[in-house]
Amino acid sequence: MENTANAHNHALIHDPSTYLIEKEPYYVPVNNEITLFEAAYDNHLPLLLKGPTGCGKTRFMEYMAWRLRRPMITVSCHDDLTTSDLVGRYLVKNGETVWVDGPLTRAVRSGGICYLDEIVEARKDTMVVIHPLADDRRIMPIEKLGQLLEAPDSFCLAISYNPGYQSVLKELKQSTRQRFVAIEFDYPKPALEREIIMHETGLAPAVTDKLLKLAEMTRNLKDNGLEEGASTRLLVHAGKLISKGVEPRAACQGAIALALTDDRDMIAAINELIGALF
Amino acid sequence: MKATEQPYAYATLLERLEELYEVEFTWLKVEQLVQGLVNLDRNTQDFILGWAERLLTTNVYISHEFIIRVVEALDRLERRVIEAWAVHAADTFDQQGLRPALAVIQQVDSFLESAHAHAEGVAFDEVESILSTFVCGLSGRWLKLAQGESVYTDSETLYLPNITAKLVKSKDNFLLCKAQVAFMWAQTRFGSFRVDFATAFADYPDREQALAAFHALDTLRLEAYMERELPGLWRDMQRIERLRLDEMREEGVHGGTPLQAAWETCRGVLHTPSATVEDVLALVPQVLGLPIPQPVYQTRLNPEAVTACMLARMEREKILLRVKLAELVKEHKEETPPDLPLSGEVQEKKEVAPPEFEMREVQEGQGMELVLDDKPIAPPEDVKQLLTSIMLDWGDVPPEFLVPAGDGEYDPSLYQKEEKDIEDVWKGIYHEEGAFLYREWDFARQHYRKNWCVLRELELPPGDPAYVDKVLDKYQGMIKHLRRTFEAMRDENRLLKRQSQGDDVDIDALVEALADSRDGSEMSDKLFQHMHRADRSMAVMFMVDMSGSTKGWINDAEREALVMLCEVLEKLGDSYAIYGFSGIGRKRCEIYRIKAFDDLYNSATKARIAGIVPKDYTRLGVAIRHLTEKLNTVEAKTRLLITLSDGKPEDYFDIYNTQYGIEDTRQALFEARRTGIHPFCITIDQRGKDYLPHMYGHANWVEIDDVKKLPLKVADIYRRLTS
Repeated sequence: MENTANAHNHALIHDPSTYLIEKEPYYVPVNNEITLFEAAYDNHLPLLLKGPTGCGKTRFMEYMAWRLRRPMITVSCHDDLTTSDLVGRYLVKNGETVWVDGPLTRAVRSGGICYLDEIVEARKDTMVVIHPLADDRRIMPIEKLGQLLEAPDSFCLAISYNPGYQSVLKELKQSTRQRFVAIEFDYPKPALEREIIMHETGLAPAVTDKLLKLAEMTRNLKDNGLEEGASTRLLVHAGKLISKGVEPRAACQGAIALALTDDRDMIAAINELIGALF
Repeated sequence: MKATEQPYAYATLLERLEELYEVEFTWLKVEQLVQGLVNLDRNTQDFILGWAERLLTTNVYISHEFIIRVVEALDRLERRVIEAWAVHAADTFDQQGLRPALAVIQQVDSFLESAHAHAEGVAFDEVESILSTFVCGLSGRWLKLAQGESVYTDSETLYLPNITAKLVKSKDNFLLCKAQVAFMWAQTRFGSFRVDFATAFADYPDREQALAAFHALDTLRLEAYMERELPGLWRDMQRIERLRLDEMREEGVHGGTPLQAAWETCRGVLHTPSATVEDVLALVPQVLGLPIPQPVYQTRLNPEAVTACMLARMEREKILLRVKLAELVKEHKEETPPDLPLSGEVQEKKEVAPPEFEMREVQEGQGMELVLDDKPIAPPEDVKQLLTSIMLDWGDVPPEFLVPAGDGEYDPSLYQKEEKDIEDVWKGIYHEEGAFLYREWDFARQHYRKNWCVLRELELPPGDPAYVDKVLDKYQGMIKHLRRTFEAMRDENRLLKRQSQGDDVDIDALVEALADSRDGSEMSDKLFQHMHRADRSMAVMFMVDMSGSTKGWINDAEREALVMLCEVLEKLGDSYAIYGFSGIGRKRCEIYRIKAFDDLYNSATKARIAGIVPKDYTRLGVAIRHLTEKLNTVEAKTRLLITLSDGKPEDYFDIYNTQYGIEDTRQALFEARRTGIHPFCITIDQRGKDYLPHMYGHANWVEIDDVKKLPLKVADIYRRLTS
């Protein structure tokens, strides 16, 4: 093991404090998700966040990381993500091989939070690496170093996915999902969504209400040509553009209609809805 | 075409037209036509003769009449309009016959009058998709759009005419359509139909006059809603109303005079947010006999259609909601654990209270929620829609609607919309009802014949359930071989080491390379490893010829081949579907589902394969168009449409047996290719090489003499597309 220890002495170490969130992120609880998260965290249970895109899952994670004062490392999963991308790899430096920790290893070593966003986008063979961390063993073997990391009590693993985009090819395996405590998210209730948009964009109530009405209209189109309606995130984007002086119709067309779909007829129909409101 | 080319001489034109109209048999006079054409330039002569030839394939008399009239109207008509006029005549012939089509050609002036409608009007087909989505986005009941004689709604369907051309410019006509759709939506959304039309106007001496007054007052109320709910659209509505008034003034038509004081007073009352249809009814006497305002976006009120539709819906939705609530109670019981008895207590048999549903307001202005035994529950989407629809009709949900259905109230005929038996509809006079209508390419006309083919999807009666097992026994060895062939195409994830590019360093290769460089050898550049990932994404649609000519060994072979294909495709894991096609004539095209993409390869599917029997004829184009639509709904990188056929397109004593059928099939395949589909044909017709390359392209068809080779050919096609 001396070699590996030596190797690790040469490793490129990342300072965990760079992942600390200093400023309180703006987050309004929708349900009892904070209590649930804290209870799971105290019991060293990993978490699964389910919900449509743009409904506040990532913001919630940032808020919890700030609240628990733990560094948070986020990985946006994709289908080219390899196990090495998560665990770490050797690199060559001045003719020597140097080990570099991957984000998951960094989070384990620093006792922080590792947040794997859109987990179903990752390949199934990559995802098995989290299994021993996500049950009561809470360990992480690093084969290339011959190490077995034990996760400290403060380490937390959280994953997120959107059940709405599930297909046969992209669903979470039972062996993965049954390790997690699940928290379901949805778009906030209108009054809360109104509060969020006004806070994030500084828009006047009247314009905010029109944005909310547009959101409701696009959400009516779910499964009628649209996979999802406009998320809170998209409304905030449109609101920010309007706050900066962009004409409301143009802002909504760019931030909402074109962001939601590429189908020409659907874009035209959403533009008509925008035109009916603004 | 060179500009300097000489016009055709009299003799040339005479000879050509005599040949064209076969004057020896038809007795048509062509001298007058030649007189008209001879003084025109060559370019115009070619244009007219070209269209005359195209129309000749539709009808000789229409073509003959066309030349006479077009020469007369040449100064007044642009070529674009002449083309539209000729196509309109041909379409009229397709739909209504010779006399109306000749009338279109002869009455060129009335066509010119309606040319504005054609040029600046918006057609229903053009706006249907966008406006259907638009109205779906507005809250409330799901509403359909359909074509009708006038603009009205029955509270479920919004009817628009074929062409809307009330205003001068097409963009304004589109706005008008949108405003009318929104107006009809507002009628259903804001309670315009919560009126008993049978009794509400019974005391008025002139019922029609009272209805018109009611409708005009309700329009004022709805305008206020529009202003509040859809301010952008309301601005557009005001603009097109002003446009219409300006046009009327230009035409000298009296209109747009300010409303009388009584109307203004009513407007003040009806513009309050709390105004209801009851307030509208109460104001009717105040405006009776006064001139009635009719804004351009106001649609027709059709109380009879509304009443009939609402009565049927209210009864249906009442029982349907009660059935759905009973299902909710059942689900709720399964999810909720029963209360455990307290220790030491003797558990008495408790009287179980019946479940109690109610609708409760969430918060001020936050809508209603469904409550079961004092606890809010989240109903599924279809129940939400149902509650919305009921509240639109009644204003709220009547308590008797919230009683879960008991045993014996589950009769689907009570709450399902009556659907006619397909076989009965096929036999009847209105046999196009509910069928798919497809266009067909007329190569001679160089245009589509609209809504030309009537197609239905029919169920195939199952065949011998043991058939598939017999085939499997018979071809055990063959199937093993095929499985190996297809499995060889199956891609697996595998780690490729020592690559020159990759997503990770191959540490073994790197150590070797470093050692090489230390002792002076050349360092290899293959230092990476790369995960080769299987990324198959195929969907294949088999289109099986079920024409009468497949009777006998071909039909047997088709079914056996399909069994073998299913066995191996299941191994491969690609999605696949099988449909049979047949029919007699353009009005009776049939598609048989054998296996849809979502169907499992189970005993029911196997029985349907066994049930494939020879039927009638092979009208290929319509089948290709229908199955292309189906194939395009499947998510896959590669889509294959494989036709299994024993011959060329043909139909019962029909033009389809000629070059027309081949050209239509070719056009349907073009349409499929444009959507990204790869069409192939596997044929048993030895004369296939005469026409298949023209239809499918040289590389996309194959002829086989033994149908046992068919699955192997499919494997070849697969390999070609995926390697």
